Amino acid sequence: MSLINIKNAMKSATGPKYWRSLNELSQTAEFREWIGKEFPGGVEMLDGQSRRNVLKVMAASFGLAGLAACRRPVDHILPYSHGVENLIPGQAYFYSTVYSLAGRATGLLVETHDGRPTKVEGNPDHPSSLGAATAFQQAAVLSLYDPDRSARFLENGKPTEKSWKEFDAYLKSLSLGDGSGLRFLSHAVNSPSLQMMRGEALKKFPKAKWVEFEPTAYNNGTELAFGQLLTVHPQFDKAKVVVSLDSDFLGVDSLTPLPTKQFSKRRRITDETLENLNRLYAVESQFSITGMNADHRLRLKPSEVKQFAFDLAAAMGAAPGLNVVGGSDKRAKFLAAITKDLKSAGPEALVVAGPRQSASVHAVAHLINESLRSQAVTYTKAEPSASLEALTALTSEMNAGQVSTLFIFGGNPVYSAPADLQFSAALSKVANSVHLGEEEDETAVSAKWHVPQAHFLESWSDARSFDGTVSIQQPMIDAMYGGKTPGEMVALIIDYKDKRAYDLVRSFWKAQFPEKDAETMWRKALHDGVVASVTRFEPVKVSADAKRIAAAIAAEPKSASGLEIAFVPSYSTFDGRFANNGWLQEAPDPMTKLVWGNAAMVSPATARAQNLEDSAIVTLSRGNYKMDAAILIQPGLADGVIVMAIGYGRTKCGRVGTDVGFNANLIRTSDAYWSASGISTAPTGRAYTHVTTAERGLDPHNDPPILVKETADHQNSRPIIREVSLEEYKKNPKAVEEMNEVPTLQSIYPERDYSKGYQWGMSIDLTACTGCNACVVACQAENNSPVVGKDQVRRGREMHWIRMDRYFTGTEDDPRAVTQPLPCMQCQNAPCENVCPVAATSHSPEGLNDMAYNRCVGTRYCANNCPYKVRHFNFLNFHKHEPAIIGMAYNPDVTVRMRGVMEKCTYCVQRIQEAKIKSQAEGRRDQIRDGEIKTACQQTCPAEAIVFGNINDPESRVAKLKKQERDYAMMAEIDVRPRTTYLAKIHNPNPELEA
Amino acid sequence: MSDVAITQNPALIEVNPPLVRAADLHSLTEQISTIVEGDVLKTPMKYWITLSITGSVTVLLLAMLTYLVATGIGVWGNNRPIGWAWDITNFVFWIGIGHAGTLISAILFLFRQKWRTSINRSAEAMTLFAVMCAGIFPLFHTGRPWRAYWLFPVPNTDITMWQNFRSPLIWDVFAVSTYFTVSLLFWYTGLVPDLATLRDRAISKIKQWVFGILSLGWRGSARHWRNYEAAYLILAGISTPLVLSVHSVVSFDFATSVIPGWHTTIFPPYFVAGAIFSGFACVMTLLLVARWTLNLQNLITIKHLENMNKIILVTGSIVGYAYACEFFIAWFSGNIYERFTFWNRAFGPYWWAAWSMYTRNVFIPQLYWFKKLRTNLWVMFVISITTNIGMWFERFVIIATSLTRDFLPTSWGFFHPTWVDMCTFAGTIGLFLTLFLIFARFLPMIAISEVKGVLSHEKRFFKGQKAPVEVNQ
Repeated sequence: MSLINIKNAMKSATGPKYWRSLNELSQTAEFREWIGKEFPGGVEMLDGQSRRNVLKVMAASFGLAGLAACRRPVDHILPYSHGVENLIPGQAYFYSTVYSLAGRATGLLVETHDGRPTKVEGNPDHPSSLGAATAFQQAAVLSLYDPDRSARFLENGKPTEKSWKEFDAYLKSLSLGDGSGLRFLSHAVNSPSLQMMRGEALKKFPKAKWVEFEPTAYNNGTELAFGQLLTVHPQFDKAKVVVSLDSDFLGVDSLTPLPTKQFSKRRRITDETLENLNRLYAVESQFSITGMNADHRLRLKPSEVKQFAFDLAAAMGAAPGLNVVGGSDKRAKFLAAITKDLKSAGPEALVVAGPRQSASVHAVAHLINESLRSQAVTYTKAEPSASLEALTALTSEMNAGQVSTLFIFGGNPVYSAPADLQFSAALSKVANSVHLGEEEDETAVSAKWHVPQAHFLESWSDARSFDGTVSIQQPMIDAMYGGKTPGEMVALIIDYKDKRAYDLVRSFWKAQFPEKDAETMWRKALHDGVVASVTRFEPVKVSADAKRIAAAIAAEPKSASGLEIAFVPSYSTFDGRFANNGWLQEAPDPMTKLVWGNAAMVSPATARAQNLEDSAIVTLSRGNYKMDAAILIQPGLADGVIVMAIGYGRTKCGRVGTDVGFNANLIRTSDAYWSASGISTAPTGRAYTHVTTAERGLDPHNDPPILVKETADHQNSRPIIREVSLEEYKKNPKAVEEMNEVPTLQSIYPERDYSKGYQWGMSIDLTACTGCNACVVACQAENNSPVVGKDQVRRGREMHWIRMDRYFTGTEDDPRAVTQPLPCMQCQNAPCENVCPVAATSHSPEGLNDMAYNRCVGTRYCANNCPYKVRHFNFLNFHKHEPAIIGMAYNPDVTVRMRGVMEKCTYCVQRIQEAKIKSQAEGRRDQIRDGEIKTACQQTCPAEAIVFGNINDPESRVAKLKKQERDYAMMAEIDVRPRTTYLAKIHNPNPELEA
Repeated sequence: MSDVAITQNPALIEVNPPLVRAADLHSLTEQISTIVEGDVLKTPMKYWITLSITGSVTVLLLAMLTYLVATGIGVWGNNRPIGWAWDITNFVFWIGIGHAGTLISAILFLFRQKWRTSINRSAEAMTLFAVMCAGIFPLFHTGRPWRAYWLFPVPNTDITMWQNFRSPLIWDVFAVSTYFTVSLLFWYTGLVPDLATLRDRAISKIKQWVFGILSLGWRGSARHWRNYEAAYLILAGISTPLVLSVHSVVSFDFATSVIPGWHTTIFPPYFVAGAIFSGFACVMTLLLVARWTLNLQNLITIKHLENMNKIILVTGSIVGYAYACEFFIAWFSGNIYERFTFWNRAFGPYWWAAWSMYTRNVFIPQLYWFKKLRTNLWVMFVISITTNIGMWFERFVIIATSLTRDFLPTSWGFFHPTWVDMCTFAGTIGLFLTLFLIFARFLPMIAISEVKGVLSHEKRFFKGQKAPVEVNQ
C-alpha cells in the first residue's frame, strides 16, 4: 500500500467515494486477493462501477439468468438501454460465415435468435454453397451446444483447475529456440490468416515444421499426370456423361454441396428439357448414393476398379501401350458401352476417380478427360496440403525423439491416424504436447495439455474455397467456454501475446484492402460472406504425361485375389469428428439405413462364400492388425470386399459418441489407407443388434435378413416410387400416370373450395434427389425434433419429420436402389384429420394439415390412419435427459413438443407465417412472391429436388412442376389427395446395356 | 343341495328335466342368500386366498398405470407404425366380453328365454366389470391422460371447443359410456327385489341400513312389481340396440379408417358376433367355477350350459364366416394392399397369432356339434378358455398386425410387448376377478326373484301325467 496510490485513487473520478479501509481505497493486490477469496468473481466489480453500470449489469443478470452462455462477441455488444436501430428482439437475424471441412470451405448464413445461432443455411453468394448446405453443416449448431464440448483444460489427461494463466506460464517455460524440436500438427489449413500466422511462426522458429493431416486425404494424381500439384475442379453441370471410378461425389467424398448442385442441374429436367438429362456410370465396391443415382452401376472390388480404370483408358486409346486386360462378360460389355458413350459425348464427358483409388487411377481419369477434351473439368494450382506422408514423417520424428514440443491444432490423430503409425505411443515420447481441440477426445487425454478450442460459430477466422473465393468466418456468439482459435494459439506461441482472433483476422484483411475503403470492404465482406476483392484462381492449361502414367500403371501391383477391405467416410460421423452429434448419429445412413453405428458390410454372395452371418461379430484381421466388427449383409456391394465406414468406435468421446459402432481405424494402416487385400475373418460367436430404420418390419427368424426381396416384391407391385426410362417417357409421357389405376372417386359431401388464396403444395423431384440426408438434418434443426437414441430407434420411435425411404429393385445380388424423401404429404382429404377425437389436427384454409400440439391428447389414431406413416408420437419425454444447453439450439419459432403428443411435418408453417407477416408489413398483403418461402428441407437441398409454393398461382414453380407429365400423387387411389406430389424418376440407361 | 339329493327324492320323478331345481321357494332364497349373508370373517379360506391373489394383481395394475402416466406411452411396446397394440386390443377384448351380459339380460329377456334367469345376474355383473376394465385402456392409452376429459363434451376452460364428431373415437366415448350407464341401471334394477330380500333377512344393523338404502324402499307390493316389470322391460328395450351398437361403433374405429385390414364393411356384424362369442365364453368360465365352488348345480344346470354352448357354436361360426369372407373379398377386390395384408395375416410374421385365432375361434367350437361334448363340463371349461384366448388374438391380429405392414414397406414395423404391457393386461384380469369375487360374496349371484319364476316345483308332475305346456310367468 502506498500513499501515492491512495492519493491517485482519491483523485480519480471512478474510484470509490466511500471506503472502508485504505486497502480498499488503494486497491492493493492483497485487497483484491482478499476480495477474490471473499466474493469469488467480485474482483472485476472493483474496477470502478458507476451506478449506471451496476444497474446495467443487474438488468443483464436478470435478463440473461439461465442464459449465461448467451453472449454475442464482446466487440458488438450494444446496451439495449439505448435501443438499437433495426434490431427487434425476437426477430431472427442472419449472419454470414464460412465452414471448413477437411480443407474445403462452404459459405453459410447462420440464423441467430437473440444472440444465439439456431440454424445453418447455405450462402447463395458463396460459390461452393450456392444456397445449399450438407447434413454435416446443418448439424453444426448442435455441435456448438454440445454439452460435452471441451470447456476445461486437461493436464496429463486429467481435468485441472488450471486455466490460461497457468497455460501461459507453461508456454513461457518451453524453450522453443529456433524451433528445431517444434512441430505443429493441424487440419488442412485453408485460412489465409492462419496461413499468414503459420508463416510468422515458421519465420520465428525456422527449424519448426507444420504438418497437416486429414483422415480422408488422398492423392489426386495431378502430380503424376501433370507433374504439378493441382486442384481438380469437376464441373458436373457441363457433363452429359459422367463415369465415377469409386467416387461418391454426390455423397461424403464431396465436402461441399457444390458437386450435387452441379450434377442435379442436369437432372432437374422438365418435359421441355428432357435432352438435358445426363447419364451416370458408377464403378464402385461400396454401394454409395452416387451408385444409387447411377444409371448403370458395376460392382467391382477396389483392386478391380483400378484395373477397370486402366482398361477404360486402354479402350479409349487414351494411354498408348496399354491393353485391355478384360474380365467377365458383364464387365466387358460395360467397358465397351462406357467407352462408346464417353467418345460420343466427347467434351461433354467426365471421368472422376474417388479417394479409395490410387494416384495412378486418378491420373488415368485425368488422362481420359484430356483425351476427350472434356469441358467439364478444370485445374488450378494447389499448395501441398494434408497428406498421410507428412504425418508418417512426423511420427517417425516423434519416435526418434526429434520432437520436443508438438502443438496439435484440432483433429484427433490418436484416434484417426493409421494404426501402424501408433501415434499414441509416439505422442508419449514428446516431452511437451499441447492439444487444442473442441472435445476431450482420445488425443486430448494423451497430450500433456489439452486446451479448449472455440467452435467455428464462436470464433473469427477466414477460409478460402476451392475456387479461391475467400470468406470471413465470423462468430455468432462469444466463445462459451473461453476456447481459442488456432490463430490465437499461434499468436500466443510466437510472442506470448493473447491476441484476439478478431484483431488477427481483421488486421490481416484490412491490410489486404486499399486503405481508404478498408472498413467498408471489411463490412461488406462480412455482410456478403465473400471477400469481393480476392481474385479467383485461374484455371491452368495442363497436359498429361501419358508415359509417366503408363510407367506408374506398370508399377502398380497386379490385382489381388481374396477378400479385400474398403474404407469409406461415414455419412453420419465423417471421420469420427461428428461422433458426438446426435442429429448425425441418428440420421439413417442413406444406403444401409443404419443409425448409431457402422458395420462390416458384405454382399450376399460374399456372405455366402465366406460363411458370414448377418449381425454376427467377426474378427477382421490383416497382418498384425485386427478388430471386431458386426457383419451387415448389404445388397449391391461388390463381391469379395468388406466395406467399413470409418468414424465410429470412439473410446473417448462425449455421451453421444462413446463406444458407438466399430473402430475401423484399428486395421486402417498406412498401406491399407483406403483399401487393401489380404483381409481375413474369424467368427467370435457373439452377435450384435444393428439398428436400421428400414428393416423393422421383418421377423428376424422368418424373413431374410435383408429387406431387398421383401420390398422388391411388394414395391414392384405397389406404385410408390415410379421410375421410367427416358426413352419410354418420350414415347409415352403418360407412362407414369398409367402405373397406377385410380378409380373415379366421388364424395357424397360437397368438395371444399381450395381455389382461393394461398394453397401450399410441394413437388419432390425423384430424378434430382440423391438421398444425401441434408434435408433430414435440416428439418431436425429447424423443427426442434428430439434425438431419441439407438434403443428408441430400434423400437421405431425416431422423430424425423422427413425421412428418406430407400428401396432396392432387381436381384438380391445385383440390385439397383432408389430413394424417396417422405415428409408429411399434407393430404387435402387427410385421413388423420377426421379420426382425431379432439380436433387437434385439422385443415387450414391454405391446405395445410395443421397440428395443434396443446390440443392433442395423444390417442395416436391419426398416426395409425396415416397411409404414409409420417406422424411421430412423443412416446416418452425425449427432452428429459437433455442438458439445458441443448435448449439454446432450439428454434424459438417452433414449439418443443411434450411427451404424449403427436407431431409431424408442417411445411415449416413458421416460415410461412413469417413471410406473411413480412409481406403485410411491406404492404403487399396476399402477395407473397414465389420462392419467398422456402421450407427447411427445400432450402438446404443441394439437388434442389424439393420445391414448395403456392399451387394456386399458375406461374409458381411448384404449380408448373405439378403440371409435368411425370408428376404423380403417391397412393392417389385411396383419395387422400396429397399436396406433396412426386416427379417420377427418369433414368437414362444406355440402350446397349439395357438388353 | 346337490343333483344327487334331488334325484333321490322319490316324490320328484321327472320326465322332462326342468331348468332349475329347488325343494321350494324358501330353500332357494336360503341357498342363494346364505352365500351373501354369512359372517365375513367366516368366509372360507380359499376365498381369501383367491381374493388376495387377484387383489395383488389389481395393485400391480395400479402400479403399472402410475408408471405409465409418470413416464409415457413409451413404456409399452407401441411404436411407429403400431400406434395401437395391446392397449386397444385389450379394450376391444374387454368390451366384447361385456356383450354376453347385455345379450342375456336384454335380448334373451325379450325373447322369453327363461333359462337366462340363472345366469343373467352374474353375466350383467361381468358386463359391468368388463366395461370398467375396458374403460381403463382408452383412458390410459392417450399420451396425456390428464387431458382425456377433452374427449367428453363437458364445458372446460382449457380449450373451449367442441369435440370432432366425425371421429369414431368420439362415437366410442358415447357408445361405451351409454353402454356402461344402461348396463349399470339394468343390473341395479334387477337387483332391487333381491336387495330387499337381503334387507329383510339381515340381522345386523349395518346390513339392514345398507340394504335398506340400496333396495330403495322395495316392499314387494303388486304396484312395485308392476313398475318393476315395466322398468325392466323398458331397460331391456334400451339395452337391446346397445348390444348391436356398442361393438358396431367400436368396429368403426377400424372400419372407417383407410388401413388395409381395417377398412372393411363387414366389421360391425363380425365384431358383434365375436363379442357375443367371447362374452358367452367368459360367462361360461365364471359360471363353471361358481357352480362348482358354490354348489349351484341345481340352479345352473347342464341345460343352461348347453344352451350357452349352442350360442357359442353359432357365433363362432359367424365369426368363421366373417374370416372367410374377408379373405374372399381381399382376393376379389383386386386391391394389392388388401391382398397383401390378408396374405401377410395368414403367412406373414404373425402367422402364429392368426392361426391361433382361426383354430380357437372357428375350428375348436365346431366340437359343439356333438351333444356329448357340449354337455361335458371339462370340454366346455377348456373351450371357454381357448375361445377367450382366441378372441384376444383376433383383436390383436386385426388391430396390431394390420398396422405392422400397411402401404409403404419402408414404414413397416414389428411389435414386441414389454413387461409393462403384459402386467397391465394381467392387472385388468386381476381387477375383473377381484370385482367379481367381491360381487359374488356380497350380492346374490343369481337373481332370486327371477329364478323363482322358472322354479321346477311349479312344473312338477308325476309319472304318467302329461307334461304341461310351458307356463307363462
